[in-house]
Amino acid sequence: MTEDARAFVQLQDVTLAYGRGERRVAALGKTDLSIAKGDFVALVGPSGCGKSTILKLVTGLIPASSGWVFVAGREVGAEPVRVGMAFQNPTLLPWLSIRDNVMLPLKIVPPFRQEFRAKRRGEFRDRADALLAQVGLSGFGDKFPWQLSGGMLQRASLCRALIHDPQLLMLDEPFGALDQFTREELWGILQELWMDRRPTVLLVTHDLKEASFLATRVCVMRARPGRIVEDSFVDFPRPRTIEMTYEPGFVALTQRLRERIVSARGDAAAADLQEIPA
Amino acid sequence: MTPGWRRHLQSAAVIVGFFVLWELACIVFHIKEIVLPRPTQILFTLWERAPAIWPHTLQTLYTTLVGFALGIVSGVLIGALIGSSRLAYDVGYPLLIGFSSIPKVAVVPIFVLWFGAGTVPAVLTAMIMSLFPIVVNVATGLATTEPELEDVMKALRASKFDILMNVGLPRAMPYFFASLKVSVTLAFVGTVIAETVASNLGIGNLMMIASSSFDVPLVFAGLLVLALLGVGLYAIFSLIEGRVIGWAKRKDEFALG
Repeated sequence: MTEDARAFVQLQDVTLAYGRGERRVAALGKTDLSIAKGDFVALVGPSGCGKSTILKLVTGLIPASSGWVFVAGREVGAEPVRVGMAFQNPTLLPWLSIRDNVMLPLKIVPPFRQEFRAKRRGEFRDRADALLAQVGLSGFGDKFPWQLSGGMLQRASLCRALIHDPQLLMLDEPFGALDQFTREELWGILQELWMDRRPTVLLVTHDLKEASFLATRVCVMRARPGRIVEDSFVDFPRPRTIEMTYEPGFVALTQRLRERIVSARGDAAAADLQEIPA
Repeated sequence: MTPGWRRHLQSAAVIVGFFVLWELACIVFHIKEIVLPRPTQILFTLWERAPAIWPHTLQTLYTTLVGFALGIVSGVLIGALIGSSRLAYDVGYPLLIGFSSIPKVAVVPIFVLWFGAGTVPAVLTAMIMSLFPIVVNVATGLATTEPELEDVMKALRASKFDILMNVGLPRAMPYFFASLKVSVTLAFVGTVIAETVASNLGIGNLMMIASSSFDVPLVFAGLLVLALLGVGLYAIFSLIEGRVIGWAKRKDEFALG
């Protein structure tokens, strides 16, 4: 077992297949990936390339078919690591106020869990309100999810993913359903939060501009079976601004990523063609 | 006058109109009291015999509420079990459907055999009548929880119990309250069945004795009492429902209150 000492998240020879027998579908081919602590990694690629699968594997929501997933040097599930997660749907609980939704992880995750009863009306409440203010939602803590717009819900969902100071932050297309302006604003907010707290982030996205803007490292994936075909570092200075995304270096990067994905799709289509018997 | 009040007034007018029509029909077609008493006769009987009817009413209400409370407790427990475990679902559902298909009149004699005539068989009948809708609804509410909501909890390493308490049960609440409104009326049915078959107290018993002596107005007075109790309890549970699960109905008053 060769373990990268610096790696916070490590996938070793990991594969994942759904179903059984004839209908077995390989969602993820043999994959190795190691992510350093405090890194911001974006996974991009066409639909069905196993981006979300990697996220679920690292979070321990699904077990790998073969291979190992390590987080903080221990096998996933056993590690005492706090994980935050946000999805494309905000998935807030409709019966709780926004503040209570944001405070949910504090109710579940140790060591906050033990203090929840005592602190939920004081310290934790202030903590939730401060975080809500940071994403531009001050004053909305007492509202209910159905009273807020999609962009506001997504901000709240981001707060919920961060309230317990996770070492590992999992984002599955969190801005996918938002309009361009809200999205760009939230990129800025997310960058700020990341620079503040430096969690290790794994971001799944379709948006190459988003990946290049936020990440320190972009992994391009291809489909059938899913695997990582390119791994490039993004070293634009931080804090990055939306204006920077129009500079030649940035544009060149997104174009290169785009070409890589297009050619990967071509490969996958060619592989499909070969599978059809003549 | 606000539109809300107007709506209430209109529905009240239709309900009163129904009884007026009944009264008029009885007079016009010379329908005998022994076949169908007039609403005014029923009310008069209720008023005149109130001292005699009152203890029976209390008995029926008490029996129904105790049976219903037992039904809620066991219904939620069984529903939570069936809704959260595959095995319990496979085993529990056929048993429950089979059990609820049995006419409850047929079970009362068994209860009487075990516990003797009186309050206990009535409480048990009310309980098993109200049980089934609660179990089915709680189980459905739990089983239809969105997987994403569970993923959020699992990513936080929440235990199964945490997920049940924080996501499953709150999400099942609208289903639970919908079942309560059905169940409370069923609990009355259960009580009255048992009282009719084997008891010497309660509205069911009163109506059976009254009908055997052809005291039809008293039978109808009993029916009226049952209907009023049923409507009353239904209203109370609707009120609680509105308070607890306003989020599911998205009423503005809930958000402000």
